[in-house]
Amino acid sequence: MSETEVETKPEPAGSHSHVPGSFQQILKLTRAQFQEYLSSRRFVILLGIVAMIGLIITVVIGAFHDRAFLQALVSSPLAFYGSFWGGAASFVIVLSAVFFGGDAIAGEFQNKTGYFLMGLPIRRTTIYVGKYIAALLASICVLIVFFLIILANGVYYFGGDALPWQFGPSLLLSIIYLVAVLSTTFLFSSLFKTSAYGFVLTAVLFIIGFSLLQDVVQSILDYQPWMVISYASSAIGGVFGTATDPCTGAVINTINWGLNGIYGIPGGPAARAGCPATGGPREALLSGPTWTPGIAEAVVIMVGYFVITSIVGLLSFEREEFA
Amino acid sequence: MTGPSIECVQLTKNFGTFTALSRLDLKLEGAKCVGFLGPNGAGKTTALKMLTDMIFPSSGECFINGINVREERKKALAEAGVLIESPEIYPSLTPRQALEMVCDLRGVPPEHRRDRIEEVLSEVKMQDWVDKRFGKFSKGMKQRINIAAALVHDPGVVILDEPATGLDPRGMAEVRDIVRGLKRRNRLIFMSSHILQEVTDVCDEVALIDKGKLLFYDTLSNVTSKFADGAPTIDVGLSRPLGDEKVLKQVEGLTGVTSCVLLEPKRLRLKFKGGPTAQEQLLASLVELKIGVITLSEPESALEEIYLKQISKGD
Ligand SMILES: Nc1ncnc2c1ncn2[C@@H]1O[C@H](COP(=O)(O)OP(=O)(O)OP(=O)(O)O)[C@@H](O)[C@H]1O
Ligand SMILES: [Mg+2]
Repeated sequence: MSETEVETKPEPAGSHSHVPGSFQQILKLTRAQFQEYLSSRRFVILLGIVAMIGLIITVVIGAFHDRAFLQALVSSPLAFYGSFWGGAASFVIVLSAVFFGGDAIAGEFQNKTGYFLMGLPIRRTTIYVGKYIAALLASICVLIVFFLIILANGVYYFGGDALPWQFGPSLLLSIIYLVAVLSTTFLFSSLFKTSAYGFVLTAVLFIIGFSLLQDVVQSILDYQPWMVISYASSAIGGVFGTATDPCTGAVINTINWGLNGIYGIPGGPAARAGCPATGGPREALLSGPTWTPGIAEAVVIMVGYFVITSIVGLLSFEREEFA
Repeated sequence: MTGPSIECVQLTKNFGTFTALSRLDLKLEGAKCVGFLGPNGAGKTTALKMLTDMIFPSSGECFINGINVREERKKALAEAGVLIESPEIYPSLTPRQALEMVCDLRGVPPEHRRDRIEEVLSEVKMQDWVDKRFGKFSKGMKQRINIAAALVHDPGVVILDEPATGLDPRGMAEVRDIVRGLKRRNRLIFMSSHILQEVTDVCDEVALIDKGKLLFYDTLSNVTSKFADGAPTIDVGLSRPLGDEKVLKQVEGLTGVTSCVLLEPKRLRLKFKGGPTAQEQLLASLVELKIGVITLSEPESALEEIYLKQISKGD
């Protein structure tokens, strides 16, 4: 029907409506879904958990910052932010990705809310992407809250001027990590039609599964675990370069920006060989992974996860039947 | 401009080795209401879901206003209003927000939204609940909003899967009013239902399926006359009990009447042959008999009779 057509009674059906393009629909759906997330109980619970983690960190630092085991961590802003933000951000990211992504698609089936959307002139892809962006925004809100808690602690101990520039790349890395983890949880949630399966699987995977895999690959197979997403997450803290000089014990800012991971941490045990036998009080602040990813390498791993899981997730959702 | 249409071509759905719908050919065209009947598990919802691209045909295809649903879901569903499986709406939303989201995604221009939302909400009698959250709604209240959501953009084709599910008697009557209103506005309504009275009341045509197969698709009046032993049937309500055998014989003697049964003292069932003209004459002579005729109606159970007969044939 053309728009110039004279309107007679009864009016032609839906004569005023013009279905927006898919991009427009994604924005509209994202907005609605984001509001839904923000007003959900789940969001409140997650904020509560994150606030608690922040509180515990705050109390522990407050109470024990002059004890030996914490002294080094609070010795400089770099070490402080590197260990507390860098160490916990990835956990907060995984937590919110599981909360918002674990049943994002499965829940649409289980709660039958998907049937409401599926009656609309909207592509499956639009639903998937709209929900994804909404979950991403909601997770970023959570991450910001956590960031502010850590920042408040840091400012308290070091003052406002002592904000290292490394926060820039670190925040960026944390967002990229979130993007990747969330698209992975979305993929898994699109494989199930029951919320609980999506939740449990993604939670087990990210809290135990990947780190187990990482350990197996690097410790048992003695291979660089570049195929494991949690391996890449250490770049969020790694970008602060929180390694100590193996000879003097001073914190040195040795960031590996490269595409290749390093065995041990930069300037870590591998470099100790050159130190006088009497030197080297502590060889590393973090007795972490035996492999440390280069920053560029971590980005490639994260983007790789994002691209692959998004494509597989979208394709599988395109074929999903609301039976 | 052609009228609204729905078409299924050799539409088939297998779940594993089980065939839920088998080669359904159905073409509905023009402004009318078509009832979709069949026992539980017949394949009605399966067919309607394929029609709206919620599930995919194993073979065959379907069209809304000539647009292939599978190939152009967005374009096809833009022309339709859909209510299938009594969906849930996000519990934190209010009816207003939900309908606004629908308008938003469907591209109903902002200047019309308010009016349309108010219109459909009053049609389903939910004006007083516009700003309450869904979380607290009863099943029937949710279903009312679902109906409103299917109609808010004023679609040309309306696909409803058991719209009266969960509604109270008044709600069911309101659904009928809504359907009548849609018909007046030249919409095509395809509606599955188990309430034969509802179908008799508002549908112009019926399609009956059983075990995934279409048994018939025809106009309601054809169906009732074709299957009721081939003879049209009429129930005659009387204001006073019919006197004696003689009067009954008189009625039986009227032109065209093939049988006459006294169902109750004040209720007669006539079968007759001939078309509408014969019927008109018959009704006139009935009145002339002055036996106290106050109502003339198609028997309420006609559709039920046919339904049961057809379904049991398959067993
Ligand atoms: N996802 C599915 N997997 C397997 N079988 C299914 C699935 N969905 C439906 N069926 C089967 O297909 C058949 C038709 O189901 P359908 O829901 O279309 O029936 P219906 O006519 O809508 O029944 P009702 O009147 O009870 O709503 C049933 O036998 C059902 O068991
Ligand atoms: Mg059904």
